[in-house]
Amino acid sequence: MSTQDATAEGRSDVTRAEYCVIACAEAWRGDGEILASPMGTVPSVGARLARLTFAPDLLLTDGEALVIGDVPAIGAAPGVVEGWLPYRRHLAMVTGGKRHVMMGASQLDRHGNQNISCIGDWKQPARQLLGVRGAPVNSINNPTSYWVPRHSTRVFVDKVDMVCGVGHDRAAAAGPSATRFHQLRRVVTDLAVLDFETQDRTLRVRSLHPGVSAEQVREATGFPLAVADDVPRTREPSAEELRLIRTVIDPAGLRDREVRT
Amino acid sequence: MSPDEIAGRLRSGMTIGIGGWGSRRKPMALVRALLRTDITDLTVISYGGPDVGLLAAAGKIRKLVAAFATLDSIPLEPHFRAARQRGDFELTELDESMFMWGLTAAAHRLPFMPIRAGLGSDVMRVNPELRTVTSPYPDGEELVAVPALRMDAALVHLNRADARGNGQYLGPDPYFDDLFCDAADEAYVSCERIVESTEFADAGTPQTMLVGRHAVTGVAETPNGAHFTSCVPDYGRDEPFQAAYAKAAADPDAWREFTARFLSGDEDTYQAAVAAFAEEGA
Repeated sequence: MSTQDATAEGRSDVTRAEYCVIACAEAWRGDGEILASPMGTVPSVGARLARLTFAPDLLLTDGEALVIGDVPAIGAAPGVVEGWLPYRRHLAMVTGGKRHVMMGASQLDRHGNQNISCIGDWKQPARQLLGVRGAPVNSINNPTSYWVPRHSTRVFVDKVDMVCGVGHDRAAAAGPSATRFHQLRRVVTDLAVLDFETQDRTLRVRSLHPGVSAEQVREATGFPLAVADDVPRTREPSAEELRLIRTVIDPAGLRDREVRT
Repeated sequence: MSPDEIAGRLRSGMTIGIGGWGSRRKPMALVRALLRTDITDLTVISYGGPDVGLLAAAGKIRKLVAAFATLDSIPLEPHFRAARQRGDFELTELDESMFMWGLTAAAHRLPFMPIRAGLGSDVMRVNPELRTVTSPYPDGEELVAVPALRMDAALVHLNRADARGNGQYLGPDPYFDDLFCDAADEAYVSCERIVESTEFADAGTPQTMLVGRHAVTGVAETPNGAHFTSCVPDYGRDEPFQAAYAKAAADPDAWREFTARFLSGDEDTYQAAVAAFAEEGA
């Protein structure tokens, strides 16, 4: 086995969930002094990891109305409160742009249109989901990324049933007011990291998690997906990052409930 | 006033705003009082939680204006989900911020507010009545004109109030209860405890005085009146009870049993049944 192959398979002691945490953390790299809004366990671990390592100026909340000044373990109460962010002020943070949200997605298409509202005909849906919630205001005002814990053709579809988070094609069609602050950054899944850094701003694979093949990702995606021959692997966590994830941020291992492999 | 007297002021066909957020500080005693009436055909405006679920299950909603309906610790309100999948009521599905600006427009007696949210999304498709507005300034931006969410009556629940209608919240988030009161022709406040106005200063700073008496028509003292939603710091959400509610909501027979046990008497009967339920779990 060559050195390169060994790297491709990753370190044997790093779990898939931990690669996902690293990939989520990377989404906030370089964001500076803005609010990181992670939805879901793995993005929450990732945001806290970023804050404790390469993005120390990030703001975090307790998930309700408080901006927290320390970085407690997932589920633990904060020891320091450094600000007040009730819903009405949170919405000002969103529209003021000083926020990078990582939302979930029940459906996502190649342009980055996201659905969390319902499956089927909106008038009488086959499956009612969360509703649009804040996806329209988020996606059109502040940097937006997505977290998909189970990469499948059910999520990555040709056309979403209800556009909640706005994709590149829909923003462009809606005009300059829609594109002015529209920024889709990353899509992190249990298989790969994707972005929209293509000519036509459609999804492509940015990195594959160790142990995942390009074919596997293509098969789990409901539309043709660009994967370069020399696509890199998701980077390895450092020893310090592993320590922070395992002993400080998520000692209970909640990340493993969200990522099965 | 009593919750039943407040419900008695409401009429079928009204547009009613309900304060709180999801499964947080909802005026549940007032909603339960509404369930005891034959009022129906309501347009309900709410950051939806079990208030929407209970009214939907009772067939009282003709039209819902909302961005979601959630139980928070349980992501989706089960009665809301079932009602949507049956096509039971009309829905105006708005983004969370569009909803806030709709309340704000109504509170300020403006016809609409210009906002960016909604552009490019299917909120515009499923609400064909929504219009855009073009900035008269050199930027020329085209924005969504969110219409005012004016309501006939608002129902909110606060931690403390005085008999004249001044209301105080003591938790970390006011939600939008002041906007609901300002956006309504009549507003009704239920509270954990009616206090003398002199007691407000001991409970919290002046910034906790969320609702002013000029915007309030009636006050009811309803201890544990937000149950089973949270009413911090007086109490948190009753998670075991909410879980039982959600489980019952998923099955018609179980829901009949739940209704017979908890929702067939007055508020005192409800609170006694809730206490008995807690006793069983202890």
